[in-house]
Amino acid sequence: MSTVTGTPDRTSGTPAAPSDAPVRANTARLLRWWPAVVLVLLIVAPYSALPLPGLLDGPLGSPGSLQLLATCLLFGALATGYDLLLGRTGLLSFGHALYFAAGSYATNTIMLEAGLPFAVSAPVGVCFGIALALVLGSVSLRVTGIGFSMVTLAFAQAGSILVSRNPGGFTGGEEGRAAPAELLPSGLVGIEHTANLYWVALGYLVLTLAVVHWAVRSPTGRVWEGIKENERRVEVLGLKPYGFKLSAFVLAGALAALGGLVHLLLTGGSTPQTTTSDFTLSLLVMVVLGGSGTRWGPMVGGILYTWADHRLGDLAGSGAVADLPAVLRVPLSQPLFLLGVVFVAVVHLLPGGLARLPSRIRSVLRATSEGAPAQKEDRHS
Amino acid sequence: MTTETLLAVRDLRVLIGGRHILHGVDLDVARHGVTALLGRNGAGKTTTVRGVLGLVPRTGSVRLDGEETVALPTHTLVRRGIGYAPEDRGIFAGLTVAENLRLAERRGAGAPAYPLVHELFPELKRRERQLAGTLSGGQQQMVAIGRTLLNGNRLIIADEPTKGLAPRVVTEVAEVLERAAEAVPVLLVEQNLAVVRRLAAHCTVLADGRTAHQGPAGELLGDAEAARRLLGVGHGPAAHVPSRNAEEDS
Amino acid sequence: MSTLVLLTMTGLGLGALYFLIASGLSLIFGLMDVLNFAHGALLSIGAYGTWWAASGNLPGAGPGGAGFVLAVLFGTAVGTAAAVLLELTVVRPLYTRPREQVLATVGVGLAVPALLSGIWGSDARTFPGPEALSGTFSLLGAEVPVNRLVLIAAAVVVLIALRLFLGRTRHGLVVRAGVEDRAMVTALGIDVRKAFTLVFAIGGCAAALGGALGGLYFGSVDPRQGTSLLIFAFVVVVTGGMGSVTGAAVASVVIGLVQQFANYYTAAGLGDLAVVVLLAALLLVRPRGLTGRLA
Repeated sequence: MSTVTGTPDRTSGTPAAPSDAPVRANTARLLRWWPAVVLVLLIVAPYSALPLPGLLDGPLGSPGSLQLLATCLLFGALATGYDLLLGRTGLLSFGHALYFAAGSYATNTIMLEAGLPFAVSAPVGVCFGIALALVLGSVSLRVTGIGFSMVTLAFAQAGSILVSRNPGGFTGGEEGRAAPAELLPSGLVGIEHTANLYWVALGYLVLTLAVVHWAVRSPTGRVWEGIKENERRVEVLGLKPYGFKLSAFVLAGALAALGGLVHLLLTGGSTPQTTTSDFTLSLLVMVVLGGSGTRWGPMVGGILYTWADHRLGDLAGSGAVADLPAVLRVPLSQPLFLLGVVFVAVVHLLPGGLARLPSRIRSVLRATSEGAPAQKEDRHS
Repeated sequence: MTTETLLAVRDLRVLIGGRHILHGVDLDVARHGVTALLGRNGAGKTTTVRGVLGLVPRTGSVRLDGEETVALPTHTLVRRGIGYAPEDRGIFAGLTVAENLRLAERRGAGAPAYPLVHELFPELKRRERQLAGTLSGGQQQMVAIGRTLLNGNRLIIADEPTKGLAPRVVTEVAEVLERAAEAVPVLLVEQNLAVVRRLAAHCTVLADGRTAHQGPAGELLGDAEAARRLLGVGHGPAAHVPSRNAEEDS
Repeated sequence: MSTLVLLTMTGLGLGALYFLIASGLSLIFGLMDVLNFAHGALLSIGAYGTWWAASGNLPGAGPGGAGFVLAVLFGTAVGTAAAVLLELTVVRPLYTRPREQVLATVGVGLAVPALLSGIWGSDARTFPGPEALSGTFSLLGAEVPVNRLVLIAAAVVVLIALRLFLGRTRHGLVVRAGVEDRAMVTALGIDVRKAFTLVFAIGGCAAALGGALGGLYFGSVDPRQGTSLLIFAFVVVVTGGMGSVTGAAVASVVIGLVQQFANYYTAAGLGDLAVVVLLAALLLVRPRGLTGRLA
């Protein structure tokens, strides 16, 4: 397991080949503070009117841009939480959407049906998500390997069917249900408060990163890593993997339920799309794209995926694409097609995801500067 | 040794799940007779065999008749004339005896030697249509060895063929191997030192994933002190090593 | 009575469709340990291939008679080719990384429906079919749509063909042995990867045929059809035992019937729910259901 610290801007951040050691040490020391710098930049972003043509539709601080950025941050956080299972414990769950949707739907339903304010409904909704993760996790984890994956898929699918059938009118079926604006905190409703929602999403991301960071470094987290590497060896040590896996499952479920809450605020309602297995699969794609099991990889994957999904959709509607020949226009108009292809390419060509890219580039640069043939990557690491 | 060596393994290393199982095994299999591969449980005998065949990722050198084979996929290497009877017998339980044998037939390797197999193991002929999973342990071992005799192989590798068998069957299996070794050299992984003493001319001893000793089998087994040091057993006519296979290469 | 007959025939038709997907899925998983998430996409490719050909784009093919047979053959052939391509280019390079194989099929499973909706739109397209197959026939007082019968017949033919292939041919023998112990098959000097391509071809062929005939059953094609059927095919595969073609056949019939009857006699959607819960229950009660043997 290599934890790779990368540069925040992976698309252009090509580390230069180092020339002499002291400069390198200084840069390294400075570079260690980049997350704080990025965080400060993200916090002040709503006050900026910086136009980012191509990246965003409007200026940085405009409601439209903030909404997109908030969604990106939300999914960056969700992917980070999901990686607690995939990359940290080695559990391939196909049902993560369920806990996300549970947080959103439970809170929304309590507000709508019981008329309780958000401040009361939200904790109850999150607790519901946690309880669901505890119950279904304790059942699902009785099987291992691909069996676990399929049980989680089955439960999530059952949840999805339930939601779309609209039992008792609680879920709103295919339409979903809008949250009652009068019960939400007034500072989180309306387009003029988009910045607040953005900060909520940012806060959720920071919280998720902190929780995951703390959890994987705890003694429990080390057992998770052991389980991921070789479950049987953990058993030989006299530890019962079941409880540890369940703790990872519940923690990830809790983070997802919290994310559902943020999503509820951000979109002003609960939608059945969040219950589908496709939703979980997109989380999977984000994590693998960014780099499973790394500190920043899942977040980067989630942000890039969400951004690409939205922006490519906009691009498809633009005249620039409509005029292209069909061979180019058709794939470009389908963000999921492009993302699927990029995903397959990353799985093949870049094991470890985008998080491995800086170290890959570095090793290639080093190899070329030394005139030596590029070292073969050790695929077993 | 070179002209007398059929299979020359040098510095074989196997890394599984980030852990080195073998740290450099040297092994020579003689062109004639039985070469025994010995060692305590967990020394890496089965992994060595699997590494030679390419069933686990490995590095080093494996030369069959002077030709380097370490880059070859398992099936290509096997087609060059290796018969393999694995530790757990490798029987397809859901297939009949006849189907198990038919699977071992190789195109372009001449007519399969069914007469030989059926002569050595008449039982297999009688039980042709029986599912292999319902056979006794001894009968399954016959299928496993029968498969190695079906083709005109240059080398037979048998991994603990007598493990878990009744004493009478052990003798039977040893007799068959003895007969087979008259025509084809055999690499034999064996815990039963009585069988080794009876069959093997040469032996290689592994310890902790390395080669600890190579030499004539009789010499090692005749030296009580060396045998105890290398194999962890005293020696005697009834030297049965209890097989604790749970530890073996797990 | 007539309702019962209609429900039974519809359930069997649905079961036949499930079988066409699940048989290949089961063989692929049994032999290669790859849960092929792109299998629904193969069905969609078969469905769109047939629809495209039957809509008059392929010379000689059309919505009726021999033209339709040609269209189905074309769709099935395209699906088979896509399956082979999938195995050779996406799955094979990841031979030593089983989890990545599954992930790669997930990616393909996302990309293909998106590509289909990019080319032909995300809305359902009416599926052209011969007059003879769009009507109904009388059975014990019920008017049963003929397309149910077509699906059932196709599934039976595929089942028999698979049984003959597995039981009577050397390649079938290799597949059966490989399902039990892949490494041992290679240790006998057999290139088991050829069998991988083969089971992908067979699975893709069956799924694409399912797509072609599923178009008749649903009356339309849409890009997400295959993916939505995939989950039920998973249920069938797990119920019938991984790698077991006969098990898949029995399970398909059971699942199809349960779903139809439960959907009709209880609340709509409850049948789907029951089947999905059945999947979870089966896996929990019989965790070894995933390591079944060929039968």
